[in-house]
Amino acid sequence: MIAFNKYYNHFNVLSSALIIISLLLLIFKGLNFGIDFKGGTLIELRSNDTKINVSSLRDKFSQMNLGDVSVKKFGSDNDFLIKFENKDNKKNIIEEIKVNLDKSFGNNYDFRRVENVGPKVSAELLKSGVLAISLSLAIMLIYIWVRFEWQFSLGAILALFHDVIVTLGVFSLFSLEINLSIIAAVLTIVGYSMNDTVVIFDRVRENLRKYSDIKIFELTNISINETLSRTIITSATTLLALLAIYFFGGEILKGFSLAMILGVVFGTYSSIYIANTILVRLRVSQKTVLREDDK
Amino acid sequence: MLYFSKLRIVFITIFSLLFVLIASSNLFKFGDSFFDKKINLGLDLQGGSYLLLEIDNEPVIEQKLQNLTTTFRNFFKDKNIKLNNIKIDNQNIFFNVIEENKQKVIDIFQDENSEINPYYPRFKSHQLEIEDLGLNLKINFSRQGLINLKTSSQDQAIEIVRRRVDEVGTNEPNILKRGNSRILVELPGLDDPTRIKSLLGKTANLTFRFVTQNDEDRFGVEKLEYEDGTPSVNVSKRIIISGENLLDAQPKMDTQNNQTIVSFTLDRVGAKRFGKATSTGIGKQLAIVLDGKIISAPVVRDTIASGAGQISGGFTFQSATDLALLLRSGALPAPLDIIEERTVGPDLGQDSINAGMIALSIGFMLVIIFMFVKYRFFGLITNVTLIINLFILLGILTLFEATLTLPGIAGIILTVGMAVDANVLIFERIKEELKDETNNILAFDGGYTKSRTAIIDANITTLLAAVILFFMGSGPVKGFAVTLGVGIFTTLFSVYFIARLFTSLYVTKNKNNGKLI
Repeated sequence: MIAFNKYYNHFNVLSSALIIISLLLLIFKGLNFGIDFKGGTLIELRSNDTKINVSSLRDKFSQMNLGDVSVKKFGSDNDFLIKFENKDNKKNIIEEIKVNLDKSFGNNYDFRRVENVGPKVSAELLKSGVLAISLSLAIMLIYIWVRFEWQFSLGAILALFHDVIVTLGVFSLFSLEINLSIIAAVLTIVGYSMNDTVVIFDRVRENLRKYSDIKIFELTNISINETLSRTIITSATTLLALLAIYFFGGEILKGFSLAMILGVVFGTYSSIYIANTILVRLRVSQKTVLREDDK
Repeated sequence: MLYFSKLRIVFITIFSLLFVLIASSNLFKFGDSFFDKKINLGLDLQGGSYLLLEIDNEPVIEQKLQNLTTTFRNFFKDKNIKLNNIKIDNQNIFFNVIEENKQKVIDIFQDENSEINPYYPRFKSHQLEIEDLGLNLKINFSRQGLINLKTSSQDQAIEIVRRRVDEVGTNEPNILKRGNSRILVELPGLDDPTRIKSLLGKTANLTFRFVTQNDEDRFGVEKLEYEDGTPSVNVSKRIIISGENLLDAQPKMDTQNNQTIVSFTLDRVGAKRFGKATSTGIGKQLAIVLDGKIISAPVVRDTIASGAGQISGGFTFQSATDLALLLRSGALPAPLDIIEERTVGPDLGQDSINAGMIALSIGFMLVIIFMFVKYRFFGLITNVTLIINLFILLGILTLFEATLTLPGIAGIILTVGMAVDANVLIFERIKEELKDETNNILAFDGGYTKSRTAIIDANITTLLAAVILFFMGSGPVKGFAVTLGVGIFTTLFSVYFIARLFTSLYVTKNKNNGKLI
């Protein structure tokens, strides 16, 4: 048996530090919102001419008076991602750009993807994204409350909160783009992390009923160990699937799968080191679960 | 937990085979008579254009209020009540009446059987609200009145949008209402929406009006610009004919001067009015005005009584074709703004499909190998179950003709990764049971029973996340929620029926062979 409980305090400090650092990052550095949430225009361009590269594209686009234009390689050497704000929300912007590019590059390029999100829509998408995440946290809180006792509910929600905040913190730290699919990833993380926590909690509750003489400090450790091989196997298969998406699923799914990978790692960690330590700190005992059973 | 009746085994087998068959109908053609449902590919996979249009209702409201003032003035005139200082400001009508009439006017507006202010019993609301501001009376649309107005302009607009899109002839467009002032247009396979965008961006309000020199036309005049930038001229506000009078419009080549023109035919009312106007107005310039700009203003040379005519204006063949199309499909009730656009080229879509399939196969292989290495025979059971699970998942998506998107494929891969969880929970539990239980049957039974609450709780949490995502997410993300959510049900089915069936058959046969797992 591994003595997870020996490090409860250490990891509580670490978790708190991670949350604080992430919150500071989110407040002071902020998130790198993509056009879904910021509004603007995105063009994925594929060239079949070596003359077209990041610097020549940057050059051409800067002449078009579009404000801040970001040009980046996207996956392979001849794919580029161009983003700008489209502040005036010009209607025929794409056509104008095409005419301009045709002049210098002729027909040697192709727009593979064009996205244009107006300010109104992006504000709505952001609002519904934030709402979706908050709603999912609230619903999980209620669900666990109904299924378990409030101490468990608090522990699970703190673990979830940790996973979401720290994942977003990593995105902030590395200025990774937040778009619609990241919101989907965060929601899935919420589901996954909850799933992981519930399995351990289920065992804690069962053991609480079984052993009246074991303290919760010891009992959580027993429960973590009993479910450990399941935790490892499920995390492993899920990570295998996610790594397959990350490496082979194409550029569009990169951010999504990265967020999920982070979420699974943090989720597994938090189920052990946040959710359980909350139970210990709240002095959960056999009485806690038996009282609930009497009702 | 390990007992299966014969009937149940038959049922499970048939059910699984049925879904394998349905799922494979996406790959092989069985003929439409047998089964013609297919998984739809999202725009991000098959390529295409997604446009979200917003109706700018402000001009409609202004126009409506303008019309209402005339109606009110006439209505109250018949009742010998004079409305003074009528003005429209910020979507409100203001006017005043002498003190003794005030209550009368208010009563007329608030009467449930009011002739000028319709009452909606269902919403317990009038179309208009009236408020006594002391000095004058204020009338504005009620919340419900505004909703009705928006809905009706949306109804009209969606019809016109549909006609215009149909005329361009893209395959299977999807045109839907969103809220009460938006229209969603999905155009599969279209990789350059420039033309559709320019067609949808035009209101196409066509009027024929005389150019006038004097400023005191009975109907009022306005200064209008030419489309090609020639200096503006005064045009009468009197409308001879409008787009509504058109029966048909076609682009044509004028053989005399090799110009592209748009020829049109008028309905009976239009033909009559056009004939009369051209007979009295010989020598005058008749301006053809589209969306507030003059296309051309030819001089009337002859009476045109046939109800057919033509518009010239330096068109290219393309612009003549587009104008004819716009005129045929009719005018929009209000201008449309494109507030969101997403276009994916077909080759990127194909690349995404390929990448998704490669990721799915690799993810699947990795999970299968892992499970086999870890659990050997029971890993094999899990893997067979996983494959059937995948078929059932695809089968259900086919049955409901769900839309598969790139994030949707990610959802399937994730389902594969997470689907083994339930089996793992069960197997691990059985292992624990076997520590102090020598009877295999009892241990397996205990494993299944005791792991059930954890499995159900764990899956419900993921399902909740998927449901929220489905209702809050948009477009491709919705596809993810669908595969993830459906995946949970198919996983539970395959774990509790298929995997358990295999396990039960194996365990009952080998119950005396020591620890089985």
